[in-house]
Amino acid sequence: MDDLTKLVRDYVVREYIEEGDDREVTETTPLISGGIVDSFSMVSLKRFLEKKCGIQIPDADATPVAFDTVQSIVALVRRFQKS
Amino acid sequence: MSNHPTYEERTANFDWSISEKELGYKKGDPINIGWMCSDRICRMGLAGKLALIWEDYQGVQKRYSYDDIRVLSNTIAKYLVELGIQPGERVCLFMDRVPELYVGFLGILKTGAVAQPLFSAFGDESLFVRLSNARTSAIITQKKHAFKVRKIRHQLPDLRHIIVVDAGEAALQERELSFQMENTPGVEDFPVYPTTSESPSVLHYTSGTTGQPKGAQHVHNSLISQYLTAKWVLDLHPDDIYWCNADPGWVTGTSYGIIGPWVNGITQVVLDSGFNAEAWYKFIARHRVTVWYSAPTAIRLLMKEGKELTRKYDLSCLRHLCSVGEPLNAEAVHWSQEVFGKPFHDTFWQTETGCIVITNLPGMPIKPGSMGRPFPGITASVLNPVTFEPINQNGVAGLIALRPGWPSQVRGYWNNELVYQAKFRNGWYLCGDRATIDSDGYFWFVGRDDDVINTGGHLVGPFEIESALLEHPAVAESAAVAKPDPVNMEVVKAFVTLKPGYQPSDDLELEIMNHIRKRLSPLAMPQEIEFIDSLPKTRSGKIVRRVLRSKEFNEPLGDLSTIMND
Repeated sequence: MDDLTKLVRDYVVREYIEEGDDREVTETTPLISGGIVDSFSMVSLKRFLEKKCGIQIPDADATPVAFDTVQSIVALVRRFQKS
Repeated sequence: MSNHPTYEERTANFDWSISEKELGYKKGDPINIGWMCSDRICRMGLAGKLALIWEDYQGVQKRYSYDDIRVLSNTIAKYLVELGIQPGERVCLFMDRVPELYVGFLGILKTGAVAQPLFSAFGDESLFVRLSNARTSAIITQKKHAFKVRKIRHQLPDLRHIIVVDAGEAALQERELSFQMENTPGVEDFPVYPTTSESPSVLHYTSGTTGQPKGAQHVHNSLISQYLTAKWVLDLHPDDIYWCNADPGWVTGTSYGIIGPWVNGITQVVLDSGFNAEAWYKFIARHRVTVWYSAPTAIRLLMKEGKELTRKYDLSCLRHLCSVGEPLNAEAVHWSQEVFGKPFHDTFWQTETGCIVITNLPGMPIKPGSMGRPFPGITASVLNPVTFEPINQNGVAGLIALRPGWPSQVRGYWNNELVYQAKFRNGWYLCGDRATIDSDGYFWFVGRDDDVINTGGHLVGPFEIESALLEHPAVAESAAVAKPDPVNMEVVKAFVTLKPGYQPSDDLELEIMNHIRKRLSPLAMPQEIEFIDSLPKTRSGKIVRRVLRSKEFNEPLGDLSTIMND
């Protein structure tokens, strides 16, 4: 697992998986459709990514599909890091 | 041409006895929602008909006939009675959209106890406020949510039982019990408690401008309205496959996600999943959904995903579309007409009304962007905010008001008679919203008449958010207001002053946002926090949210003479 993937995964586990909740989060675990992160909470996740990764993610790109897995979030971040 | 009666035909000589007659109910007889939605349907010869097709985000599917629903709700009812739950006691349902939630709702009602559904994304503070206010006796929950109850149970002396439906081998703690619905021997016969029309049934919490959320107390008589509005507005036919997106933690999810379809003997489908446009279209196509009750926020999210996606799936099964939660914008109506070949029909109602009260009935010409017209049997008007007299001039905004007396009208706020009485003026019930009426009698939404924030169709009270903000060590003072949002109509914005020693920063903003999300709920989380030096206040020191809200909406600030200048 590379640093960026670890950063995203650890943040999701720390902030969205509460104590006593034994769900495992892998790179492909559905976050939005799986009910771990909802569309309202996406805003705080987006803020975290923008701050930690020094990018701006336009609202049009912050879709539930783009935020549905750690893998898709990492791909989104990389896209904006390159641009 | 539509085969539906015209609006005028529907309203002519309308009486709620139409509903009573169709349900075989005579005034004064016992009436129990749990029995009416299960045993009665079986007695109509529909025991083998599918009542529920449930699916989770991984595609796991479960199917329940009306007889299954009858037996399983009996099983839960018997379990609760054996625990000592008495009629009138509050039993909370705190679960994701799992089958136990739907069946448990009927089971609780069969015992004569009061069902108190709560949104499973609520944090421990939101949960505590509602359980302590209702003096709830038992809570039915899932393992993944039980930890929130554990955090607060020591402050809830009335909470005798914490029932976990999927505990499995997990270790249980104080007051916790394991109940696995499917593994418990089915109860064929259960003596359903003979509730009457005014017996309490459901307690839904709703937010106001001031104070903590209020428990809106409904009674079993609500069924009379819910049956007919579901049948006429949602246009339910015996062979329909019906999908309501709403979570039963909110009133739409119980009135039209449980009671409405089941008292009509309809097959409904439930998707226990977060939002995913493609998964939703696949779900509709796979189950051949014919009637879909959704929400403007969801529709706007679907619009964002584009029209192309809709063409990948055969959605021709959709026959009738409705929407609720916030005003449906005209663009969404035009979009659905283009991609589904039919418009979404907007419906207006709220926790306190218990049923749809203003709507676009099938057969009525739709004016995109309008709320529609009053449902037959509902007398609605807009009132002058000073005199509380009806405004008889078209296009002039006033307070949406209803003449009391429809069957599902809220009967009171739990332990809060004063606030309940304040909802009535001059013989009208005030909804808390403003609208205009046009020359054809159509209502057009203008906005809220108070500081409550309507985000994604859910009402969030500023007081609750501000109280939770003050729990954060950096926050000195706070104000929560609505901010316009293209998808959710409104979102929460917080204005915060900091205590000495704290400086505004991105890190602090994120920390405060997550604090509110965990303590209250994702809905209540401010989507933006503005750090300011001081909040606008009256000379008596009361924070004036109106000024902050007006700035967000680019509206005139109004009278500022009472605002204190620091």
